[in-house]
Amino acid sequence: MVTPMHRTLQILQSSQVQLLADWIKALRAATTSQSAAMISDPELQAQCQEFISLLSAAASAGGVDDLSAEAWRPVKEFLAGVSRSRSRQGFSPSETAMFVMSFKEPLFANLRRAADGHDDAKLLVESWELLRALDQLGLYTTEIHQQAREELIRRQSEEMLELSTPVIQLWDGILAMPLIGTLDSSRTQIVMEALLQQIVATRSPIAILDITGVPTVDTLTAQHLLKTVAATRLMGAECIISGIRPQIAQTIVHLGVSLGDIVTKASLADAFRIALKKLGHSIAGS
Amino acid sequence: MDRVPILRMGRTLLVTVQVDMHDQLAVRLLDDLTAMITKTRARGVLIDISALDMVDSFIGRMIADVAATSRILDAQTVLVGMQPAVAITLVELGMALPGVRTALDVERGMELLDAARDH
Repeated sequence: MVTPMHRTLQILQSSQVQLLADWIKALRAATTSQSAAMISDPELQAQCQEFISLLSAAASAGGVDDLSAEAWRPVKEFLAGVSRSRSRQGFSPSETAMFVMSFKEPLFANLRRAADGHDDAKLLVESWELLRALDQLGLYTTEIHQQAREELIRRQSEEMLELSTPVIQLWDGILAMPLIGTLDSSRTQIVMEALLQQIVATRSPIAILDITGVPTVDTLTAQHLLKTVAATRLMGAECIISGIRPQIAQTIVHLGVSLGDIVTKASLADAFRIALKKLGHSIAGS
Repeated sequence: MDRVPILRMGRTLLVTVQVDMHDQLAVRLLDDLTAMITKTRARGVLIDISALDMVDSFIGRMIADVAATSRILDAQTVLVGMQPAVAITLVELGMALPGVRTALDVERGMELLDAARDH
């Protein structure tokens, strides 16, 4: 596979130093001063150098027709690593792709210098093939960048789910769970499980579900609340819903949702008071 | 065939489910328990299902049936120690077991039965 790419490869290998210098100059010219501060010169230089050597090794071993070949794996792995670190450092997708794309300019300049003086059609074809491979690598970089972002978003939304459902022990035998944000099916499931687990762990007969932070209640949300209360009752504990704001009370009535015999209180303080009373405690001075 | 043991403590019957419930076992439990209630003239039944970590709709219905039957035979029934996963499953199946008393553990269940008897 060495023969068809003979000349371009030779240039790629022989003028590595020149290529590297030109490339870094092109990269620095293409990036804004803001994103230039995000990556240090030695780091950038090391990345460029590694890319050039990996590229020439892969091109000489596997040719440039098939980038899914085994020989290209190290290049792709390296680019995936660069792409992930770029996305973490806050580079935009196009800036990340630019890392590969900007290599075309110095490469082409060096090829032209080599072909200087004589009309070389073969070199033109060879360089075209190499440039096409570079384009594909650029696209691959963007893809990985996108993937890294998506992973980040997924992880953050998972973390948000966990953050938003703390179970607090208010008193011996009284748990409270302040709900903040919209209640959808997946969140209710987590809320329900967390609350029930804590009821078992702390042997608390009373749980207060505070919905002060829930912006709106629709039929689905009400349904979820009812399910949580029913499950709590099945476990042998009692559930009090508190923090129902006037608008939400009106909505619940308008929707025709029956909260049945569930104890509801306007504020967490009221719910706490009734919970203490149910456990046989009384507050001195009130 | 194994069966669920029913222990007698005074006028209370204690049922502890310690193996995986399967359909025949549940049917047999219903038979055994009703026979036992009439024989011992028990006033209270305590069913401990803390070792049960899986239910289907049939087992759910059998639990409800056991509680309802005991009530007809004038024995207060308390279901104790239901696992979170079981509670969620029953609620999702639409079986909230209305009318069945529940408690967190055997101790609290006993207190509930004692309180009910005093009245």
